[in-house]
Amino acid sequence: MSGGAKLPVRVAEVVQVNDLIKRFRFVTRDGSPMPAFSGGSHTVVEMDDHGTRRLNPYSIMSDPADSSGYEISVRRDDVGRGGSLYLHNHVTPGMEMVISHPVNLFPLDTRAKKYLMFAGGIGITPFLSQIAQLSHHGGRFELHYSARSRALGAYMDRLTAAHPDRVHCYFDEEDQRIDLPRILANQPIGTHLYVCGPKGMINWVLDTARAAGWPEPALHHEEFLAPPVGDAFTVQLAATGKTITVAPAQSLLEAIEAAGVDAPYLCRGGACGQCETRVIACDGTIQHNDHWLTDEDRAEGQKIMPCVSRFAGKHLSIDR
Amino acid sequence: MSKTEFPPSIRSRPVYADLEPRPGRSHVAVADGEGAEAIVEMLDKAADRPAMLAALHILYAPGPNGTDQWDSLQALGAAQCFRAPTIPTLLPRLGRVVADAHMGTQFYLAGTEGLIGQAERDIMATGFPHAAIQKEHRGSTVRRMQCVHCKGITENVATDPFKCSHCGLWLFVRDHYSRRLAAFQGVNIDAEDKGEIPEPVVRFT
Repeated sequence: MSGGAKLPVRVAEVVQVNDLIKRFRFVTRDGSPMPAFSGGSHTVVEMDDHGTRRLNPYSIMSDPADSSGYEISVRRDDVGRGGSLYLHNHVTPGMEMVISHPVNLFPLDTRAKKYLMFAGGIGITPFLSQIAQLSHHGGRFELHYSARSRALGAYMDRLTAAHPDRVHCYFDEEDQRIDLPRILANQPIGTHLYVCGPKGMINWVLDTARAAGWPEPALHHEEFLAPPVGDAFTVQLAATGKTITVAPAQSLLEAIEAAGVDAPYLCRGGACGQCETRVIACDGTIQHNDHWLTDEDRAEGQKIMPCVSRFAGKHLSIDR
Repeated sequence: MSKTEFPPSIRSRPVYADLEPRPGRSHVAVADGEGAEAIVEMLDKAADRPAMLAALHILYAPGPNGTDQWDSLQALGAAQCFRAPTIPTLLPRLGRVVADAHMGTQFYLAGTEGLIGQAERDIMATGFPHAAIQKEHRGSTVRRMQCVHCKGITENVATDPFKCSHCGLWLFVRDHYSRRLAAFQGVNIDAEDKGEIPEPVVRFT
């Protein structure tokens, strides 16, 4: 079975954090401890949305030292494909669900002397578990967290109360901006930078740091992509001899699974590389939407990441 | 002396490349012996040489073979230029420079493997990624060896095998390198047949 071992869980608690964000707590059904995880990990939540199977990755935001449950925070996306709406509208305490074991694609490099963190909006979630982990060991960090407004700055109160000298909050509505060049210039040698948030913010932070001479191995980012909506297309699965049609709001990976073909995956957000699939024939254009393949890979056209990428053209055949 | 070509070996054996100027708010160059030439040549490639010199701190010691090119470095006009008589006297100064450094600093190491390895060890101990430290080998190829038996370090090893300067065992020079110890590993060569020690051959000059 692809996607690693599954965890059968029960929803223990659902909390409305603000107008857009709800927090969900998962515990094991038999009361045993949850598997250990490290700060920055995510879990893939499986949903049966009235017949449509959805699997979405969410960062685990709870304290890694708390083995009694995992907490995720989900921002409602009214124009998304529906995973966040399903969680917001249909998931209630007591429900039984299935989630994946934790996977960490955004781990703290424990060699660092200090962690410089930048969060945008719901991108705060991996930092919550990382900061909890660091707090147990007295690790140094500095968090710069920007949100649209005070009302939407989830967990800012909790963070600033616990770490008043380390957490800096910014609000778009009040025209507050992170003074990035000054912050980058003041970091001791051995600092590692972590950024999670909207794509524009990630690129801005990373590009500014690179231009200031920060080395690539000290730069870490995480961005889960929702599979983009697009035109329907047809794909031949060469290994199993099936031909499938991917619907506009469906990902290629979901279409493969719906056809009963077991395909590898972990993050389902274009980040981990697990679902990489060989392209056997391609007469058209692969729309690469992932963070995994290099520019050289894309130019060669021999690989596709079915979790987020699509196709337009006459014929695509992949090794699945 | 020109750049060194090392024969292909196991993956553990460090490899080196030419120093290239990189953008940064400050620059720290550490060199010994012929490594001075690599610093001079790197500066020749700088897009904005005066700006780089104004933010450059050079630390230098003569090489284990006696090569002393201090004059060529001092003539560059870097913001700071420090000469130590030996590598062990250079390293405390480097420790102080690194402790005060900020991200955005670029590190350039050039010269013998003993100098490069120990400077890399001290810089990466701060959490700075070792892969982001530039290293160019120049000059003598003598090795800094750790005896895997007594853990003693013998500097400037020229022959293979060699006698451990601490426990006296005859050691075979391996290409197995420890970044953490900044040393190649020396393994007893007559452990199984006591006294069967090959004639030492000068392999490193």
